[in-house]
Amino acid sequence: MATLDSKIPSGPIEKKWAKHKFESKLINPANRRKYTIIIVGSGLAGASAASSLGEMGYNVKCFCYQDSPRRAHSIAAQGGINAAKNYPNDGDSVQRLFYDTVKGGDFRAREANVYRLAEVSSAIIDQCTALGVPFAREYGGLLANRSFGGAQVSRTFYARGQTGQQLLLGAYSGLCRQIAAGTVTMYPRTEMLDLVVVDGQAKGIVTRDMITGKIEAHAGDTVVLATGGYGNVFYLSTNAKGCNVTATWRAHKKGAFFANPCYTQIHPTCIPVHGDYQSKLTLMSESLRNDGRVWVPKKKEDCGKPPGEIAEEDRDYYLERKYPSFGNLAPRDISSRAAKQVCDEGRGVGSTKLGVYLDFSDAIKRLGENTIRERYGNLFDMYHKITAEDAYKVPMRIFPAVHYTMGGLWVDYNLMSNLPGLHVLGEANFSDHGANRLGASALMQGLADGYFVIPATIGNYLATQSGKKVTTDHPEFVKAVEEVKARTEKFLSIKGNRSVDSFHRELGLLLWEKCGMARTEQSLKEALARIPQIREEFWKNVNVLGESNDLNQSLEMAGRVADFLEFGELMCLDALERRESCGGHFREEYQFPDGEAKRDDEHFAHVAAWEYVGDVAKSVRHTEPLVYENVHLAVRSYK
Amino acid sequence: MSDHLNLTLKVWRQRNAGTPGKFVEYPAKNIPTDCSFLEMLDIVNETLVQKNEEPIAFDHDCREGICGMCSLVINGVAHGPERATTTCQLHMRHFKDGDTIYVEPWRAMAFPLIKDLVVDRTALDRIQQAGGFISARNGSAPDSNCVPIPKQNADCAMDAAACIGCGACVAACPNSSAMLFVSAKVSHLALLPQGQPERTQRALKMVKTMDAEGFGNCTNYYECEAVCPAEIKSSFISMLNREYVFASAKDAVSVI
Repeated sequence: MATLDSKIPSGPIEKKWAKHKFESKLINPANRRKYTIIIVGSGLAGASAASSLGEMGYNVKCFCYQDSPRRAHSIAAQGGINAAKNYPNDGDSVQRLFYDTVKGGDFRAREANVYRLAEVSSAIIDQCTALGVPFAREYGGLLANRSFGGAQVSRTFYARGQTGQQLLLGAYSGLCRQIAAGTVTMYPRTEMLDLVVVDGQAKGIVTRDMITGKIEAHAGDTVVLATGGYGNVFYLSTNAKGCNVTATWRAHKKGAFFANPCYTQIHPTCIPVHGDYQSKLTLMSESLRNDGRVWVPKKKEDCGKPPGEIAEEDRDYYLERKYPSFGNLAPRDISSRAAKQVCDEGRGVGSTKLGVYLDFSDAIKRLGENTIRERYGNLFDMYHKITAEDAYKVPMRIFPAVHYTMGGLWVDYNLMSNLPGLHVLGEANFSDHGANRLGASALMQGLADGYFVIPATIGNYLATQSGKKVTTDHPEFVKAVEEVKARTEKFLSIKGNRSVDSFHRELGLLLWEKCGMARTEQSLKEALARIPQIREEFWKNVNVLGESNDLNQSLEMAGRVADFLEFGELMCLDALERRESCGGHFREEYQFPDGEAKRDDEHFAHVAAWEYVGDVAKSVRHTEPLVYENVHLAVRSYK
Repeated sequence: MSDHLNLTLKVWRQRNAGTPGKFVEYPAKNIPTDCSFLEMLDIVNETLVQKNEEPIAFDHDCREGICGMCSLVINGVAHGPERATTTCQLHMRHFKDGDTIYVEPWRAMAFPLIKDLVVDRTALDRIQQAGGFISARNGSAPDSNCVPIPKQNADCAMDAAACIGCGACVAACPNSSAMLFVSAKVSHLALLPQGQPERTQRALKMVKTMDAEGFGNCTNYYECEAVCPAEIKSSFISMLNREYVFASAKDAVSVI
């Protein structure tokens, strides 16, 4: 029976990280180059880890599926990055960022990890500035801040509506410097297809070169996964098309526990779905809610009218009405659910009636169109390109969409999985956001993990591995390569009648209906009955054309969809077993009379970490109790 | 609500760099005007799979205009007819029923073809590796507010930093020059105080690598600016030229 030791240091919370760093094992600078670190993923977490570890002198191999590490999906983050700098002098502190994040996560995150995140947040901003990230500045030349959901202070740093892009390009530039210095070897267009475990330790990966199709093993002293979230299990999400669960799922099948897979963030402000041909959803940054007001008509019969013809007194600014102290900046899970409620009442707008207005007319009257253009111009342009509507003239129409996944591989305080030697960073791990992530905290976590946490903690594992090098001729590597080759050939040999995409769409639609913004025991049981059937048909009837030794995008997708078809089942299983509502996980059976989520701290104040035992349906649920010593567990209120 | 189009596509198909390519005609039927250009290709690919024909390979990822992975020369124009728009953000409402659309890969010596519409743009990464960074050791950064940066400089640096690295500038240029790409990175860092210590070497190394990778020179066609989805201004090329001249002069007398 595996045990989950979170390795949280003892002592007062504000001293834990300093104490842990002091007690952590160090690797002598001259010895670092003897250790090979395999990093999968080149987003904020992967690129910052690769550049930092390379700079320290380790021998790093970094892999990404895109043609360049600069394209990882961190690049699409728009609004900003949080840090407890308190530059606006509005009462912020490490303690407050910590508290807001724990509360925002609906008291389902690990206190010590969150405190550390808040503690290193300021250094992230300094590091990014030093790398040349052009953060927004005020006329005096100092950094500007704006507000984000779930906070009553302005702690969000930003670079127009392209903060993720600028932070990623900063991390990428550091990575480029290390590639040039020879400390990092970059493998673009290379996809990890399996993890290799030798004597119970993660020692390498199997990859496929996406141009030549060559399947190859890479051995190292430790493996770091920074491969992002699993939002694309829903098919339609704000993730990039290539985002997938394969790396973390393969690691899970080799022994790493998957924690809280039911925690999915549905972002409230996305452009509504407009047709069944649609390939992805587009986010409109939460920062828009600084100046935009969310409303729907009070009366159903007004929903078909042009918004300009609906009188002020006939509009329901429902976020301001229900949550007066946070208003339009209520956290994401709460705003999304509120949008669903008004649409369920038949008051949604647009042709599908699945939309609410995000209206800038008051802000434009107050500040002028130019100020709004300066703050959000690129977002208004993007909205125009997609919808052909001018949001300076008519309100935007928005609706919630799958955006981020709080669940991920279980990690301890060192960011190491229960599978020794496997480290997991960024969205791919589960640790910091509990059941709901606050806006502008994903960028913070990715960079905290890569720049500041893993460089300090990886030595704890590596120090135990001196003299234990394995090479790719070890039988475990040979076996893993053969398995990946066989699986690849299997996809091509089925020659059925349905495209890979059609299976992915079917799975995604099912999960959105049964395990989306609201879940019930019945809906989850229906999904759990249906998913194995889709999976069975996939393995009998999928049609993957082309060859294995060539660029073959259908083959790439087939592998990812096959893993989603297994992962989706675990997600529903986790949602079924968590008999409470918290954050992004809303079980209709567990709510207060006013529709707010009803947590059950007595039975569910824990992390659920799933162990794979050969069949997803039989996965074993382990728990790590969440102990709150510094934050008082309370009903989460934004009223 | 959405109208539909029937189109004829002439798509460049090429097995690999060693095999000759050609245009192949495909009908694109019943295409909703609200879908994006790449979604239109998805629909066409779906029909190809139904007919057991290998789908058209094209690069794409974020599909929201920021990652720079998508490409395509559409009717002779990199990223198609709309200004300041990537292919993934180009919507079919900009085409007319009955149109014939030519779809080609980026064509440049420095971007070898991989398959169909997919090309190798790693030359751009190698230019950045030559010097497109600030050597700021992790852990050594001073407080962000200790060096105030005038808003207009920060804004101008941001204008340059907005480059998405897609390579459309190269595809559009009759000389296959990467000057717009290089100028954006050199200018972004030259405009910031943090970028000063390595300013000279950065310009020299990036330009030298650009030449070595086989990109052509700028002869002021400004095609790059016209197709740039991030609206990088050609005035940054002027800035790069000044940076390069000063850097060369300093280098000649060994003042770094």
